Amino acid sequence: MTDSSHSSGAGPSHRAVEIGVAVAMLLFAAIVMYGAWLAGINWGAEGPRAGFFPFYVGLSILLATAVNLAQALTSERKKLFAEWGQLRQVLSVVIPTAVYVALVPWLGLYAASFLLIAVFMKWLGRYGWTLTLGVAAGVPLTAFLAFEKWFLVPLPKGPIEDLLGL
Amino acid sequence: MEEIANLFQGFATVLQPFNLLVMVIGILLGVIIGVLPGLGGANGVAILLPLTFSMSPTSAIIMLSCIYWGALFGGAITSILFNIPGEPWSVATTFDGHPMARAGKAGEALTAAFTSSFVGALFAVIMITLVAPLVAKFALQFGPAEKFAVYFLAFCSFVGMSKEPPSKTVASMMIGFALAAVGLDQVTGQLRLTFGIPELLTGFDFLIAVIGLFGIGEILLTMEEGLSFRGGSAKINPRVVLQTWLELPKYWATSLRSCIIGCWMGITPAGATPASFMSYGIAKRVSKNGHKFGTGEIEGVVAPETAAHAAGTSALLPMLALGVPGSPTAAVLLGGLLIWGLQPGPMLFVEQKEFVWGLIASMYLGNFVGLIIVLTCVPLLAAILRIPFSIIAPVILVICAIGAYTVHNSVFDVVMMLVFGVVGYVLKKCNYPLAPLVLAIVLGDKAEEAFRQSLLASQGGLGVFFSNTLVSTIMVLGLIALFWPMIQTAWTRMRVATAA
Repeated sequence: MTDSSHSSGAGPSHRAVEIGVAVAMLLFAAIVMYGAWLAGINWGAEGPRAGFFPFYVGLSILLATAVNLAQALTSERKKLFAEWGQLRQVLSVVIPTAVYVALVPWLGLYAASFLLIAVFMKWLGRYGWTLTLGVAAGVPLTAFLAFEKWFLVPLPKGPIEDLLGL
Repeated sequence: MEEIANLFQGFATVLQPFNLLVMVIGILLGVIIGVLPGLGGANGVAILLPLTFSMSPTSAIIMLSCIYWGALFGGAITSILFNIPGEPWSVATTFDGHPMARAGKAGEALTAAFTSSFVGALFAVIMITLVAPLVAKFALQFGPAEKFAVYFLAFCSFVGMSKEPPSKTVASMMIGFALAAVGLDQVTGQLRLTFGIPELLTGFDFLIAVIGLFGIGEILLTMEEGLSFRGGSAKINPRVVLQTWLELPKYWATSLRSCIIGCWMGITPAGATPASFMSYGIAKRVSKNGHKFGTGEIEGVVAPETAAHAAGTSALLPMLALGVPGSPTAAVLLGGLLIWGLQPGPMLFVEQKEFVWGLIASMYLGNFVGLIIVLTCVPLLAAILRIPFSIIAPVILVICAIGAYTVHNSVFDVVMMLVFGVVGYVLKKCNYPLAPLVLAIVLGDKAEEAFRQSLLASQGGLGVFFSNTLVSTIMVLGLIALFWPMIQTAWTRMRVATAA
């Protein structure tokens, strides 16, 4: 493990992220309460209407988040959320995964998985081609045999599978 | 003695060849899941749950619960050998387990950890066998108000017992309730919180939330830490195992105390992680070797492992008897019951005897089989750990994506999984606990239904929750749990004041 907690790199402050999270939650609470109000928050012929419970749930989020926001605003400014380098590491997973998820409807899950593993191993791991291609092809192939043949659960397929007539 | 007969019936069910097979598969998968970062008990069970749709509920629960036991065992391996807890509940095991491994006593540490896990689990299973039927019988009298009071108690204990700030626990939990409310209202059949978006009509599935929050979120955290495995080799030979077994009875008092702590923390939904820390802390204070804790004391491995396993196992008691899970993994199992068409709660003990007692019998056998598997497979599992994270991470991402897709055969769920993953990463970094969020998604509809039915009966008066001794007692217990930190501070202050 790298001793990242001790080095003094730059990065977003913990306080800023806490405030951001609290603001997002306030927004979420507002949406929930508005949605509940649309569904009806009062009593109807059937008893408490559909929005009754969610409305108070939204109100609770609002109140709890107000406390969190107040605490975040008074918290110390120096503590880092994470260093930029660490966040880059995190994004190096999030971005390929987002691309992967976006590709699944077009390429099918198997081909997209092949690409994800290959890119990951080549780019982050810097492995040789043999190992990279072996793992990248082996995992989707195993998944294909396990899901399509053994469990009979079809996963999304794309043009490549069509071409192979699978 | 009806229970004993039922238990033997259960063993007959478990010993069917197919059930034995799924048990061994489950434990093997569970140990691997427990060893790998990013795949925990709750997440692993959630991913594999859709594959059990076609099995009989009894075989399915045996397989999934065995994954859970396997994951509990597996967490200890990484803690001791690599100083990296595979699961949050094995953090306390690193304190003394890893120093032992560095001193060349990895075999002893692993044997002690596995054996303690087994003892803790066995204690909890015996407790479940004896207590669960009684609790279920008692709970059969519950009306809607009592049911809601039990949910209230469960969620209040989360707030009071959590080491995170109460306002954050409440916020996290209520977000779970809000997500559970999206879609079709169970009582009136009306749509709500969907805002005309077709993907939201079916609501948020807790399985997707679990895979995202615990799976993807965990991988992101691991990436941030720049994890690299460094650790000694592991060899366990029968001589070391026997030697350690001869030494362990010396710590019977620590074991027993840890079992009790674990069971208590498992039933009240505090969970295995606080149980392991608490047990370690108390053992350190009480033991005559306490000052040596942290340098490689075997007792420092026994205490947290026993408690974690006892807590993890006893978390199934409230799930079976009351329909209120005591841990995220138990919550996923409960979700499984609903999917298999079983109604969780006390009626299970009346209507689904084969299922309940099959599960309980599988806990006895599964933990025994698990102990043997981990003792014999340590070198193999340590080898898995040496696979670099840049290979493991994309493979786990693919497994999570497949798991999320198979829940409803929907790509939208895979997108949501990633969203939950990023949200989970940020929330975890900001000290928002994730377990209450997941539990609220699972239980949201049921809690709301009980709440509304009670209000309907009372024409809107909240007095219904204090209308008889039973419901008032549960509600008061809930309030005590909710305000527990304040009560504790007040009590200490009062004692200091009287002493001065």
